[in-house]
Amino acid sequence: MTDANMTAITESRAEPATRSTLPPPNRFRFWAWLWSDKRALISLLYLSLLVLAAIFAPLVAPYPPNEQNLMDLLMPPSAEHWLGTDDLGRDTLSRLMYGSYNALYAASLAVGIGVAIGVPLGVFIGFVGGWIDELGSRIIDGVLAFPPIVLAVAVTGALGIGLTNAMIAVGFAFAPVLARTMRAQTLVVKNALYVEAATGFGASRLHLILRHILPNAIQPVIVEITLMLAVALLAEAGLSFLSLGVQPPESSWGGMLARAYHYVEVAPAQMYAPGFAILFTALAFNTLGESIRVLLDPTIKRR
Amino acid sequence: MMDGVLGMVARRLMQLLPVMIVATFVVFSLVYLMPGDPAVMIAGDYATAERIAEIRHIYGFDRPMLVQYFAWLGSVLKGDLGHSLFSNEEVLRLIFTRLPHTILLVVYALVLGALIGIPLGILAATRQGTTLDKIITSVASLGVAVPNFWLGIILVTLFSLGYRWFPATGAVSFFEKPLEALYYATLPAVALSTGVVAVLARQVRSALLEVLGSQYIRTLRAKGLSSRSILWKHGLRNVSATMLTIAGLQVNRLFSSAVIIEAVFAVPGVGNLISYSALNKDFPVVQGVALVLVLVVIFTNLLVDVLNATFDPRVAAST
Repeated sequence: MTDANMTAITESRAEPATRSTLPPPNRFRFWAWLWSDKRALISLLYLSLLVLAAIFAPLVAPYPPNEQNLMDLLMPPSAEHWLGTDDLGRDTLSRLMYGSYNALYAASLAVGIGVAIGVPLGVFIGFVGGWIDELGSRIIDGVLAFPPIVLAVAVTGALGIGLTNAMIAVGFAFAPVLARTMRAQTLVVKNALYVEAATGFGASRLHLILRHILPNAIQPVIVEITLMLAVALLAEAGLSFLSLGVQPPESSWGGMLARAYHYVEVAPAQMYAPGFAILFTALAFNTLGESIRVLLDPTIKRR
Repeated sequence: MMDGVLGMVARRLMQLLPVMIVATFVVFSLVYLMPGDPAVMIAGDYATAERIAEIRHIYGFDRPMLVQYFAWLGSVLKGDLGHSLFSNEEVLRLIFTRLPHTILLVVYALVLGALIGIPLGILAATRQGTTLDKIITSVASLGVAVPNFWLGIILVTLFSLGYRWFPATGAVSFFEKPLEALYYATLPAVALSTGVVAVLARQVRSALLEVLGSQYIRTLRAKGLSSRSILWKHGLRNVSATMLTIAGLQVNRLFSSAVIIEAVFAVPGVGNLISYSALNKDFPVVQGVALVLVLVVIFTNLLVDVLNATFDPRVAAST
């Protein structure tokens, strides 16, 4: 027997074992995992703080986001304004906190729309198969060919400028990515022995999809969703930088960068805070996504 | 062998046809996303009733959607993408005068990304588990998460306003003054390239680790081949197709980021054109840029497939 065959056999034997290493939805296991994966822990802590800052911005922000103090324009960081002020004398820290709400809202909205379109579409075409699958897959390929921001700018241009429209556009660009993953997963699960058995026992199509296919196919999608939150966040920042997203006077990190860039020669310090906010948040989503990937698939080692 | 490649190109073109139909249909149907009467929207704020009627006639909004699509596709195939609502310039002309700037940025960023990313990936893979490996993988994580346009702003502050080594904004035509064009494109290309560097470094690392851990490499080692010749003659050759495919996939993302980077560096490319036109509701231009860019991406992917097939006859035979 060749070595390759041996590995194939040991791998197939190992499969039930890897399944059982999946942590059950058990609180103790969750905390143990989080404690063992420090990067995931830090990311989750950071993101929780960000969510709190977004929700409680009106209570904890030192100043109202649009309060202009025309005596203190483009101030460097000081005791009164920890991160300085912008060109209208608004407090940068406060605007950063209010901006985190828009950033998180935008990222969730875009990913939510992507999931709402992509997941059912992927399951449907994968499950039904035949010419519907063929047609659906071509549609997925066609939409995937667009550079996402180009598609988002075009859709925003058509729907009208604004954060919600911009994020609908980004969600539209995400949908085919999720649909493709979901379709592939559905195909794998559909032909699995236990689904065949369920069909044999007379399970309905809806029952098959909801009870067997969806729960088993959703794992890679969860990883993809977490990573997509980072992409959506970067897209929001970029579109708001182009003034296609969040509209002034509302605050967004991308919009703050656009203003800071305008006055970069007078107050270069203003461009750091929003940029690091975007960088850290995207990094946190990415790190969490990678950690969940490793958690769900123990066969891959951490990078 | 050439025959196989040509056959493959023909087969791939046939496969690409439905993709192109879907992509063009998406661009066409953008009109239907507009709230209210698309003819009024396209005509702009100060249009006369005649102009609106004219636009309704050009787009054929009174006919069924599929008929409209094929009519639109027909004029697109003749190279007629309509006129800008502001300058009244032909959209196709407007795009083709600007496209070279964007393509220069994307190609430059791709080359930079390959020149930096691939060696980093090789370094990390051959020194797996060392501090250097950890540094490279961490830098790669940063490269994916950093907003390109913010990096662009930082580069401008440092190297244009600070040291005055590079111009802060603008671009020069590559066809007239190639060297100066490259000089102008350097900072935006560097800002664009971070994602490519990061993705290539990561993927080359993991692909190379997989190849180096495989059976036949173990056999070669047992036969006494040096690590260096294993890496260069066998490892990298097997990874080259992966590198090319990944680089090809990056083109799509580079055009995405270029839209924002062009705004930072005031590069008169198509990215700047589409965002400016979207802000000003110059719809025919928005539609035109989206169409041209999606076709550029589709043909780039075809090119990558062809290159892969010429390097590796197995690919030509299998697709």
